[in-house]
Amino acid sequence: MSAPVLDVRGVVKAFGSNVVLRGVDVAVAEHQVVALIGGSGSGKSTLLRCASLLETVDDGQVLLDGEDVTDPRVDADAVRRRLGVVFQAYNLFPHLSVLENVTLAPTVVHGRSRAEARDEATALLERVGLADKAGEYPDRLSGGQQQRVAIVRALAVRPRVLLLDEITSALDPELVGEVLRVVREVAEQGMTILMATHEMGFAKQVADTIAFLDAGVVLESGPPAQVLADPQEARTRQFLARVIDAGRL
Amino acid sequence: MALVSTLLFAVVAYLVVTRSPGWPRVQTTFFSPQVALDSLPEIARGLLLNLRVLVVGGVLVLVVGLLVAIARTLRGPAFAPLRLLATGYVDLFRGMPLIIVLYLVGFGFPALGLQGVPTSPFVLGTAAIVLVYAAYVAEVFRAGIESVHPSQRAAARSLGLTHRQSMRIVVLPQALRTVTPALLNDFVALQKDVGLISVLGAIDAVRSAQILVGRSFNFTPYVVAGLLFVLLAVPTARIADAVSARARRRQQSGHLL
Repeated sequence: MSAPVLDVRGVVKAFGSNVVLRGVDVAVAEHQVVALIGGSGSGKSTLLRCASLLETVDDGQVLLDGEDVTDPRVDADAVRRRLGVVFQAYNLFPHLSVLENVTLAPTVVHGRSRAEARDEATALLERVGLADKAGEYPDRLSGGQQQRVAIVRALAVRPRVLLLDEITSALDPELVGEVLRVVREVAEQGMTILMATHEMGFAKQVADTIAFLDAGVVLESGPPAQVLADPQEARTRQFLARVIDAGRL
Repeated sequence: MALVSTLLFAVVAYLVVTRSPGWPRVQTTFFSPQVALDSLPEIARGLLLNLRVLVVGGVLVLVVGLLVAIARTLRGPAFAPLRLLATGYVDLFRGMPLIIVLYLVGFGFPALGLQGVPTSPFVLGTAAIVLVYAAYVAEVFRAGIESVHPSQRAAARSLGLTHRQSMRIVVLPQALRTVTPALLNDFVALQKDVGLISVLGAIDAVRSAQILVGRSFNFTPYVVAGLLFVLLAVPTARIADAVSARARRRQQSGHLL
């Protein structure tokens, strides 16, 4: 197997005296989907924020295509251009239309022509079934539609890896499906994905690897069948038992 | 009902004032139609100067205020001196009465006797007003910038936009929309405070009125000048109301991001 696209090595991150990540290792190979699971406060979101350089790490490294992007001499803006991030709360820009949200980075950051960016955005919106909403403003869309636009916005920069931070957690249950359908499609087309999720059923179907995060470390990881069906660690079993209790697996 | 009660109040107020013992005298010294008519052209000419200060000053206030606000929101140790300077400026000029700043700038600068320092009361008066108002407006802008949720900045940066691009394309447009009602309110205040440049000897509406009062021993020109300022302020006040109402509707209907 070739070198991973994204390689998180021994990452430590503290906010004041609160140590959130205590040396996390996660690798995502090309065309692979890795799902981060774990309770709230286990560090999933912080890990994704470190990987997307929205936070600086205290120790350890993040390698993108083999390059140490946590090196302070690296231009973080240039690194972020190669990543796509989707947030829990969509974070669309409310003063821009759907089309403007999607074409902003391709034109401003990547220097593509307006026409090219618009054509690509339209094609992507078509794929997620939102071509007719291109001229709308985000607050006219449902949560599920907004999150699909956010995925398109992240894809429009043609990222090396897509980082998804609990992207269905803020959605009404009946809207979760339409968003996950898009993610599944994107994964099937070969996108490299690292995602934090509470949707165990979805992780089981789509992920190649599941990593269970607990108290700032990856306690165990492996194929879904192994981690979800035959967990080795007591903490993992405990977590999964609670998830099953809640009817989420 | 509202109309009736308003009318009733007006009638009572009118009767109380016009039946007061001093009313005939007040009427001739403050509300003489003849004096008002005679003084109007001169005061209106003076008002043109106020309008010039208002337009030039208003634009400068927006520019300086925005720059100071951005300076105050810069993060990182490299910008500490700039941040400190901006904070010191805001503290100083928000605290100091406008009239004192007018005296210090208007009489202090020319007294330096430096080559190239302007001595026109128009320029110095405008400068003093800009110094004070930009400090206020900077705080309005800063509140607006900070009201934009950090997740918006995170989204912008995650797309590869630089700090400057995020500010220009994502944060400032949203901040401006939020603070427009407050800015319009400050503009109404500015509209009448431009009358204070009269203390520097500029022949504006207030100063013209003063001269006319001195000449005729009749206070009506002050009333005329005052009413002209009110006429100037009313349209802005209505616009401010409309904009605030629209902003309120927006906030109530759309869900916040």
